[in-house]
Amino acid sequence: MTTIFGIPIQAFLGQLLLGLVNGSFYAILSLGLAVIFGLLNVINFAHGALYMLGAFLAWMGLSYFGLNYWAMLALAPVLVGLFGILIEKFMLKHLYKLDHLYGLLLTFGITLILEGLLRSFYGVSGLPYSTPDALRGATNLGFMILPNYRAWVVVASIVVCLITWFVIEKTRLGALLRAGTENPKMLEAFGVNVPLMVTLTYGFGVALAGFAGVLAAPVLQISPLMGSNLIIIVFAVVVIGGMGSIMGAIVTGLGLGVIEGLTKVFYAEASSTVVFIIMAIVLLFRPAGLFGKEK
Amino acid sequence: MKRQALGYLIFLVLLALVPVAGIYPIFVMKVMCYALFACAFNLLLGYTGLLSFGHAAFLGTAAYSAGHAIKIWGFSPELGILFAVVVAGLLGLIIGSLAIRRSGIYFAMITLAMSQMVFFFFLQAKFTGGEDGLQGVPRGVLFGLIDLKNDINLYYVVMTIFALAYFLIWRTVNSPFGQVLKALRENEARTTSLGYDVDRFKLMAFVLSAMLAGLAGATKTLVFVSATLSDATWQMSGLVVLMTLVGGMGTLVGPVIGAFIVVLLENKVGDFGTAMAGWTGIEWFTRLGESVTIVIGLIFVICVLAFRKGLVGELNAWLDRRRNA
Repeated sequence: MTTIFGIPIQAFLGQLLLGLVNGSFYAILSLGLAVIFGLLNVINFAHGALYMLGAFLAWMGLSYFGLNYWAMLALAPVLVGLFGILIEKFMLKHLYKLDHLYGLLLTFGITLILEGLLRSFYGVSGLPYSTPDALRGATNLGFMILPNYRAWVVVASIVVCLITWFVIEKTRLGALLRAGTENPKMLEAFGVNVPLMVTLTYGFGVALAGFAGVLAAPVLQISPLMGSNLIIIVFAVVVIGGMGSIMGAIVTGLGLGVIEGLTKVFYAEASSTVVFIIMAIVLLFRPAGLFGKEK
Repeated sequence: MKRQALGYLIFLVLLALVPVAGIYPIFVMKVMCYALFACAFNLLLGYTGLLSFGHAAFLGTAAYSAGHAIKIWGFSPELGILFAVVVAGLLGLIIGSLAIRRSGIYFAMITLAMSQMVFFFFLQAKFTGGEDGLQGVPRGVLFGLIDLKNDINLYYVVMTIFALAYFLIWRTVNSPFGQVLKALRENEARTTSLGYDVDRFKLMAFVLSAMLAGLAGATKTLVFVSATLSDATWQMSGLVVLMTLVGGMGTLVGPVIGAFIVVLLENKVGDFGTAMAGWTGIEWFTRLGESVTIVIGLIFVICVLAFRKGLVGELNAWLDRRRNA
C-alpha cells in the first residue's frame, strides 16, 4: 500500500477530505460573519445557532412535512434569513449607536435561547439525517474512494462562496454594499435606503449560515450544541484571516479546515486546539490577521 | 463616604449572621465565589472597558490547580489557593498579552478562542478526570489551625477571602492605577497622548483580574470539594458577563447582586418550571430546569435591549435624577 510520511495514503486523503468538509463550513460561516461585520459592525454570535437551526429545519422538513433534502436546501436558508431579518428589525437595529460589544452580547443571548429551546424539545444526543439518494455511495478515483456526499459539500460550498464573492466584488449591488461599509452616511445622502440594505445584508449573512447547516445535516449529528462549538472556531478563523477581505475569509476557512484534518492524521490530540494555536501565532507576528488591514 | 462604609459594615455583619440564621451556608458560599468571580471580571469590563469572553478559563484553571495541588501533591489549603492564583495569573499573562494586541470586538473573540483552547486541554488531559472532573478534594486544615471540614468554619474563611478581595478591588479602583484604567476606558488615544503605556496598564489589569478570578475558582474547589469541566466552558464565560450586566457594570456592588440573582435563578428555575407545569398543565415546563439557558438567554436579551445600566446603575441614575430635580 502506498504511504505518505508513513501514513496509508487512503487514511491521509480521507482526513484531508474531512478537513476540506469542515473547512467549507468555516469558509461559509466566516464569510457571512465578515459580510455582516462589514456593514453592521456587529459580531454575530448567533451565527452558529442559526447554522444549527438550518440543520434542524432540514430534519424537521423531512420528519414533519416529508420535504426532501433538496427542497430544504432551498427553503431552510430562506426561513433562516427571514428569521434573521426579524432579529435585525426588532432587536439589533436599536444597538447600532452603542458600543459594538452590545451586539455581541445580544446575539449571545439569542444563541442561548435558541439552543435551550431546541434542547428542551430534542435533547442533546443528536438526530440522524440520511444522505439524499442521489449522493449516496462513493466513487473510486483509483488512488482513493471518494464519498459522493462529502465531495458535494465541498463543491457546493466553494460555489456559494465564489458567487458571494462575485456579487460583492463585481456587481453594482456589491458596489453599494462596499460603499455602505466604507461610509454609510454618504451613501444615504446619495439616496440609497441604507437601513433596508443593512436588514437584507443581515438576512443574507445568516441565510448563508442556514445553508451551511443543511449541508452539514447528513455529515454531522444534528444537535443543539453543534453551532456554538463551531462558531468559536470560526471566530478564531476570523481573527486569523482578518475581516477585511471576502476572498481572505474563504481561503482562510478552507485552509484551516485542511490543517485541522492533517493534524488529525499526525497528532490527533492537538486537532481540536490547532486552530487556536495558529491564531496565537498569527497574533504574535501579524496582529491584524493574514488578510486584514491595521485600522 | 461614611454612609458607604456603614453600609458595607452592615452587609458584613448580615453576612456573618448567615449560618446562625439557619440559611444553607453552601448556597451563600457559592454566591460569594461567583460574586468574587464577577467582581474580578468587572474590573476588566466595567473599569477598563475590555470585554473578556473567556474568563471561565481562569476560574477553571485555578479550580483544577487547587484541586490537583491539594489532592495529589498534599498541599495545605492556603498553599493550594496561593498556587492556583499564581497559575491563573500566569495564564492571564499569556492570554492577556495575546489579546491586547487587538481591541474591541476582536479582544472578545480572542479571549473566547483562547479559553476554548484551555477547555479542550482540560477535556483531554489525564489529571482533570475528563468529563467526570476532579472529585473528592480534601478541604484540609487552614494554617494548621482551622478545620475546614466543618461547614461553618469554611463559611467564615470564604467570607474573609471574599471581603479581603472585595476590599482589594475597591482599593484598586480608587487608586491612581484605577484612575488610569478608567481614563483608558473613556479615551484610549488621549491616555496614550498623556504619556501612559496603555498596553502595560491593560495587561496589568488583565493579570490582576485573572488572579482574582482564580482566587474565586480555588475557593470554589474547597467549597464543593471538586473541580469540574463546567467551570471552564464558554457558557460559564457568558454567565459572568450576565452577572455583571444584570447587576450593573462599572459599579462595585453590581456584580455581587448580579451573581446572587443568577445563582438563585439557576437553582430555582427548575422549581418554577414544575410549578408552571402543575399550574398550566403544559408538560414542557417540567423540562425548564434542564434548559435554564432559555431563561438566561432571555435575561441577556432584555438587559442588552432595555436595561443596560443594570440594577445598581439604574438605581444610581435614579438617585442622581432625584438629587438634581
